[in-house]
Amino acid sequence: MARRTRLLALALAAPLLLSACSTDDSGSGDGGGGDSGGSAAADGDLSFAVVTHGSAGDAFWDVVQKGAEAAGEDLGVSVDYQSDGDPQRQSQLVQAAVNQDVDGIVVSMANPDALQDSVEAAVAAGIPVITINSGAEQSAQFGAIGHVGQDEAIAGQGAGQRLAQDGATNVLCVVHEAGNIGLEQRCDGASQGLGSEVRLLQVDINDLQAAQSTITSQLQSDPTIDAVLTLNSGVASVAAAAASDAGSEAEIATFDLNGDVISAIQDGSISFAVDQQQYEQGYLPIVMLKLYAQNLNTVGGGQPVLTGPGIVDSTNVDEIADLASAGTR
Amino acid sequence: MSATREAPVERPVRADERLAAVGIWRRLLVKPELGSLIGAVVILAFFSAQSDVFRGLSGIANWLDVASTLGIMAVAVALLMIGGHFDLSAGVLTGTTALTVGIVATELDQNIWVAIGAALVLALAIGFANGWLVTRTGLPSFIITLGTFLMLQGLNLGLTKLFTGTVVVRGIAEAPGYHSAELLLASTINVFGQPFRVAIVWWLLATAVASWVLLRTRFGNWVFATGGDEVASRNVGVPARRTTITLFMTTAAAAWLVGSITAVRLTSVQANTGTGQELIYIVAAVIGGCLLTGGFGSAIGAALGALVFGMTQQGIVYLDWDADWFYFFLGAMLLLAVLTNRLVRRYAEAARR
Repeated sequence: MARRTRLLALALAAPLLLSACSTDDSGSGDGGGGDSGGSAAADGDLSFAVVTHGSAGDAFWDVVQKGAEAAGEDLGVSVDYQSDGDPQRQSQLVQAAVNQDVDGIVVSMANPDALQDSVEAAVAAGIPVITINSGAEQSAQFGAIGHVGQDEAIAGQGAGQRLAQDGATNVLCVVHEAGNIGLEQRCDGASQGLGSEVRLLQVDINDLQAAQSTITSQLQSDPTIDAVLTLNSGVASVAAAAASDAGSEAEIATFDLNGDVISAIQDGSISFAVDQQQYEQGYLPIVMLKLYAQNLNTVGGGQPVLTGPGIVDSTNVDEIADLASAGTR
Repeated sequence: MSATREAPVERPVRADERLAAVGIWRRLLVKPELGSLIGAVVILAFFSAQSDVFRGLSGIANWLDVASTLGIMAVAVALLMIGGHFDLSAGVLTGTTALTVGIVATELDQNIWVAIGAALVLALAIGFANGWLVTRTGLPSFIITLGTFLMLQGLNLGLTKLFTGTVVVRGIAEAPGYHSAELLLASTINVFGQPFRVAIVWWLLATAVASWVLLRTRFGNWVFATGGDEVASRNVGVPARRTTITLFMTTAAAAWLVGSITAVRLTSVQANTGTGQELIYIVAAVIGGCLLTGGFGSAIGAALGALVFGMTQQGIVYLDWDADWFYFFLGAMLLLAVLTNRLVRRYAEAARR
């Protein structure tokens, strides 16, 4: 008898425990979601959903989230941030936002085809959509009222041109995420800017130590490589270490910033970073959605609003250093 | 079978003292799916009470959609686990089949049904290879399928780039025959005016078929026997090898179904599709009452495990909770499920004595 009761208690305790530790939180959250639909828009109590393809724990998307939440606080609107790297899951999250009848949806479109249905469903439900980061070409076609991002090919070209100026000819482009088309576009853009084909190297963002070894081997096996372009700030740091391991003089350049990259630019081991200022990709869409909700304004006139590329190098790195450590650059 | 045994039931007055009386509670508790059923009901009640969107038709369609493709895999993985094995390549295989559908349809310019057929042949071959290697070498399926998993992951990326020059296969919607495939695999069905994804029907169908096979067919008995004790089962004439290979091929076929649904629905497939999902399938099967040691579990339980997963994942969104904590909740549920299962197994063994 006692054992039976204990077993039942255990089986029942599981979800109850989960609910117990979160009820206080959910009370306010439910209110935010439930009250905000439709009529609430008039008196300024707006609620927006941000759904990105960033994986949990990715520092880049953390900055986007910070931007969106800061905009929500500054403008007095509620912002709910969700993300999932799997395109099907991401489209289900967009669908969930539609179901909640939010006043606006911000969605990153790394894989536009996969998101077409859910974005169009949001538009059909009368919810204004802003696309961010990638997917500029499809944004208007799917019915979004604007796009905020960095054109990956243009940013890649910028990096390629800068490397060419610095005298690089044999460039290694390090791809850290299999399946992310935006990264391939950056490398293609870099080829165009450089004027010659860059060489691609595949590493895994989840295992930076192995990435470092891979880059070291590549630099050892081909000493004519005179520049390494990484597409993620974490990979940039290990690329700099790999170059010194391999005794290579290759110039290191990267996309995106973090604290380590900034100090590496300060001490010269990384020459420059292409900053897409993703904080704006979180902040601006919230502003745009609020303007649209209150004044039917759109921004960009059908063209994407570009947040980059901004080049961070030894000339401006010191000013940015503090902002990056606060997590907004 | 039941007809021949009706006679003893007619005289229940004198109970046989050699048979222990098994109370209704104990009989319920030895059902593998009980834990996940209680979990599902409690989670449903909890989220429904907190969010009117969650309990609304559009919300239900949304979390059933999440549960459906996961559920198809969880049911097949549950059969394999009852048979005493794991398949770590199951997640990445959904990507392999989806990419095959995409590449054959767009790069080789074939009808989409030809592409789907080719993906099925490939999936069954991979499933057979997994099963054959496991039965021939006697190595743990964990190791064999880990090898397959890594090889497929590399092939997915390498071949996709070789064929398309990039990491995404696109344009599946333009393939001939797409509309019939879409109707069958990626359409929606209106219920009370709310569109539900057709994948949900496939999920229910997979659960029903798997339950029937497991509980009503000779093959189902073989699965339990092989998973319970392979040597003993072989001694009494169970074709354990054939059973194991069939189970691996079943998992592969499920991966093919999910991969095809993904490819047709998204019309573009990323080279990293499905990677990491294999553990989620196992989690759903374990929440559903499958024992890691084999020989015990149920298909309905695994389907309920997938339902728990889908409801939790979307419920957190509907309550505007921080989704960063989702995996913590999932892990806690897994631990509780395993602990519950352990107690249930003790009961099951006690009831048998």
